[in-house]
Amino acid sequence: MEQIDLSHIAITAGILLILTGLWAILTQKNILKMIIGFSLFDTGIHIIMVGVGYVKGKTAPILDEAVNLERAAREVVDPLPQAMVLTAIVIGLGITALMLAYALRLYQKKNTLDVKKFNDLKW
Amino acid sequence: MLKKVFVLAVLAVFALLLFRSFGWTDAGTELNEVATRYAEDGPQEVGAANLVTAVIVTYRGLDTLGEVTILFLTASIIGFFLATGRKGEHVPPTVRNTSEILQTASRVITPVIFLIGIYVFINGHLTPGGGFQGGAIVASGLVLMLLANPGRKVSHSLISAVESISGISFVLLGILGIILASGFLDNSILGYGRFGTLFSAGAIPVIYIFVGLKVGSELSGIVSNLQQTTKEDI
Amino acid sequence: MMTLKIIAILLGLAILVMAFIAAENKKLVVSIIAAGAVSLFASVLYLVLEAPDVAMTEAAIGSGLSTIIFFYVLNKIKKERKDHA
Repeated sequence: MEQIDLSHIAITAGILLILTGLWAILTQKNILKMIIGFSLFDTGIHIIMVGVGYVKGKTAPILDEAVNLERAAREVVDPLPQAMVLTAIVIGLGITALMLAYALRLYQKKNTLDVKKFNDLKW
Repeated sequence: MLKKVFVLAVLAVFALLLFRSFGWTDAGTELNEVATRYAEDGPQEVGAANLVTAVIVTYRGLDTLGEVTILFLTASIIGFFLATGRKGEHVPPTVRNTSEILQTASRVITPVIFLIGIYVFINGHLTPGGGFQGGAIVASGLVLMLLANPGRKVSHSLISAVESISGISFVLLGILGIILASGFLDNSILGYGRFGTLFSAGAIPVIYIFVGLKVGSELSGIVSNLQQTTKEDI
Repeated sequence: MMTLKIIAILLGLAILVMAFIAAENKKLVVSIIAAGAVSLFASVLYLVLEAPDVAMTEAAIGSGLSTIIFFYVLNKIKKERKDHA
């Protein structure tokens, strides 16, 4: 167990989650299932990003009584990927809401959610 | 049959690419140079105890401006796309009354949820939290109000007014940073105070209050648009 | 004695099982709830990875608001299908 580290576990879980989301997007016919697959894909990417920023044995990047102010740089994990992932989570929610609004309009026009019935633009 | 083989081949190529690029990299034992600079000079330069807040609001403030713009664009596209009937005509939805427990409990719990949300984004520079988390909690409180009382009319003009004023104030604070201090969204326009108390870290609490109000009102607008949309005449 | 690594491995397995259920099940309601559960376990995994800000954001947005938006849209679609039939 000594060679496997927390960041290895997180990166592997993230990669498998990305593959599951991609599989759901490629093989499902229902539009709502495709949107769920996209959301899983997004979560997998975030897990990989936070897992890359982990430093062995250090603690969370908040300076209070638990972290000494002078030696702060030697005791915290990387704060930069966490800031990026925070932004990315909120934007992912916005994109999911937008896709759901489009799906609702598509259903109101054609009365079906099967993606194979939408062939207006097919040559 | 051919489609299944094709899908499996695409997944295998993706898996190979991902494992090659991230693979079995070991976690480092030291921070890299950028993070060391943020961790060592952060408390002096910015004055915030929460390093992630310092990165989001001051060191990478332009990214926060971009995110606020994207959220605004998303909320306005959803509002434009889902018609809510003609102005002034509110069709009462034919729903049955929700249960007594839900209505009474929501009257007790909703103010507490709003209070927790406002606490989270006021104390963003001291404890884990900030504008985005607090805004999401406030939007969840609004969802509880809508669930307990589905016929309730949510005034869209109030939500748009709060959102626009918060957005303009956020950009104005950034421009004040250019005029009075050294760059966009610089937080030394107000004093620094004592490290670790509520009135510290310059303008970060004020900036985060505006960001929190904007995110909360936008998410509430999205949810109420999705709930009140009617079928337009095709 | 449970070290953090064992907890992280268990969380990773739970995430993968829930993601498989979300992608495979025929009923939409089960899929949406399984996606919310993936978000919840990911939030706890962020806490084990020493990222409390990200954990709070993922719990409030991914597991709360995202699931609620999915259910609103599903409800609208079912109501219109009942009006038509």
